[in-house]
Amino acid sequence: MANVLVFAQTNSEKVKPVTYEILGKLNGHNVDVVSIGGVDAEGMETLAKYGAANVHKISGDKLDKYSPEGYANALKSFIDSKSYDFVFSGATSVGKDMFPRLSGMYNAGLASDLTNFIFEGDNFHGTKPLFAGKCLTKVEFSGPKPHFATVRPNALGMPASENPAAAATNDVSGEAGNIRAIVKEIIKGASEKVDLTEANIIVSGGRAMKEASNFKILDELADVIGATVGASRAAVDSGYAAHSMQVGQTGKTVSPTLYIACGISGAIQHLAGMRTSKCIVAINTDPDAPIFTKADYGIVGDLFTIVPLLTQEFKNLLEK
Amino acid sequence: MNIFVCVKQVPDTETKITPTSDGSFIETSSIKWIMNPYDEFAVEQALQVKAANEGSTVTVLRVGGVKSSEALRTAMAMGADDSFLVEAADNLDSFMSAKALKGAIEKSGKTPDLIFAGKQAIDSDALQVPQLLAQMLDLPSVSVVVGFEQNGETLSLKRETEGGALEVYEVKGPCVIACNKGLNTPRYASLPGIMKAKKKPLTVLSLADVGVSDEDARVNYSNFQLPPEKPAGKKFDAMDEATAPGVVKEVVGFLRNEAKVI
Repeated sequence: MANVLVFAQTNSEKVKPVTYEILGKLNGHNVDVVSIGGVDAEGMETLAKYGAANVHKISGDKLDKYSPEGYANALKSFIDSKSYDFVFSGATSVGKDMFPRLSGMYNAGLASDLTNFIFEGDNFHGTKPLFAGKCLTKVEFSGPKPHFATVRPNALGMPASENPAAAATNDVSGEAGNIRAIVKEIIKGASEKVDLTEANIIVSGGRAMKEASNFKILDELADVIGATVGASRAAVDSGYAAHSMQVGQTGKTVSPTLYIACGISGAIQHLAGMRTSKCIVAINTDPDAPIFTKADYGIVGDLFTIVPLLTQEFKNLLEK
Repeated sequence: MNIFVCVKQVPDTETKITPTSDGSFIETSSIKWIMNPYDEFAVEQALQVKAANEGSTVTVLRVGGVKSSEALRTAMAMGADDSFLVEAADNLDSFMSAKALKGAIEKSGKTPDLIFAGKQAIDSDALQVPQLLAQMLDLPSVSVVVGFEQNGETLSLKRETEGGALEVYEVKGPCVIACNKGLNTPRYASLPGIMKAKKKPLTVLSLADVGVSDEDARVNYSNFQLPPEKPAGKKFDAMDEATAPGVVKEVVGFLRNEAKVI
C-alpha cells in the first residue's frame, strides 16, 4: 500500500472532476488530498466518498492567486512535512504548469498526461500517449521519491465504487516564498464554458465552416447539449476560430464522451487529438473523408443542413 | 541581452507513427523531421527581442539525435547567431533533456537574460522541459505564452489557461518563456539567411560534456504500440435534403439508446 497525495485544482472552491477520477483509481492506498484555497461542501463530501482520508487545505499570503512558484513552494513545504511515495494531479492548466517545477525541486521524475495507471503491489506503471495519441507507451519511474504524475481529464472515468466515509480536514498555513513571475491580472476567456480538455461533449468545426460567423450554428447546437465548441487546424489557420479552440496535434488533445465533427475531413494530426473520444459523430459531404474511419456514426451530408436539424432534434429529445 | 532558444526536432505532424518491432521506440528511418512547431514561435520571439535590444545575441540549443541539425540551421537561417547540439537519443526523458540544456547554457559561457522554448514538443507531449529548466536554473517561468511585451526591465506576459482565459504575468529579470501558437507569426528564412547560416557556429557536445549520465533518467518509456482500432461505425447518406431529417432523427436515437451519451 502506497502513501499517495493528490493535488486538487479548484476554481472558486469547486474541485476539478479529474481529481475524483484519480481517487477512484487509487482505491486501496492511503490517499490524502491537498488543495490551495478552500473546497466547497460538495467537494469535501465527494472527495471523502471516493476515498480521501485527509483533505489538507493550504492558505496564506500571496496564495489567493495562482503562480507556479508560489504554489510549488507552498506544496513543497507541505510535502516535506509528510511522507508520500506518489504525488498526483490532473493534467489541468495548473497541474501541467506547476508539477514540472515541483518535481524538479525533488530531482524526481514526473510522468505527464497519463491516460491510465496501475499499481502491482507498490510497483507503479502508467500509460502515456505520445505523438498526440498516434502511439501509446508504458511509463515507469526511476530515481528518488516522491514520484509525480499528472492524469488526463476524462481518461479514467468516474469511480465505480463509493465509500460513505468522512475525510478529516486540516487547515494548513502555507508560504508562497519568493515569487518572481507575478500574476497582475486575469482576463476572462470569450467562453465561460468548461475547457475543451475537460469537456464532456465537444462540437468541432472544420474548413467547411467557410467563415467565422458560421460558427454560430455550432454555438447553438452546443448550447442545447452543454458542449464546448472546438475547431480543426484548417479552421484556425483560416481565421475562423481562435487557437485556444484547436483540437489536434498542435492544439488540444481531447477525450470527451461525445465528439461531433462538422465539416472536418480528418487530417492525421486532427484524428490523433480526438480519437480517444468515447463516441464520435462525423458530418461531411465527402463520403471518403478519413474522419469517417473513426466515426461511430457518420452522416454524409452538408453540415449547414444537418447541424440545425441536430440542434432541433436534441432540443425535442431533451425537453421531454 | 543573452537570449537562448531551446528547439527540438520532431516528426512532421502528417507522419504515420510505427513502433519498432521490439517496442523500444518508433521507426525513424523514413521520418521527415521538422522543427517542433511551437519552437518556431520561440525563435521568432527571440529574434524580435534581439532586434529591440541592441547588442543582443540569440543562441539556439537542441538536444537530440545527430541525424541532421535541420532545426538549428533553420533557426540560424531565421537570424539566430550560434547554436549548440547536445547529441543524445531522440527519446531522452524530460529531466535529462532539461539538465542537458542547462549544461549547454553553462558551456556557452553566457549568463542567460531570457530563455525561450515551445510550450510543448509534439512528439513526447510531456510539457515539462521549460519549467524544469527554469527550476534547475532557479529562474521563474511562464508557460503557454501568447502575449509578450517588454517595457525596459519589465516583461508583461500573457499565459493562456482554460477556455481562452489569460493570466497576465509581470516579470523582472531572467525568465524562461514557453511559447504557444498565436504569440507571433514566425518569419521564413531568406535565401541570404540560409547561406549565412552555413557559416554560423554549431558546437556539438556529448551528454557527458554537459554532465548528464544514465543516472539522471527519471521516466522510462517502453512498450511503444499503436492504440487499439475502433470497429467500423454506422454510416448514413443524407446528401439529399429530403432524407436528412429522417437520418438526423435516427442518429440522435442511436446516441441516446445505443451509445447512451446524451
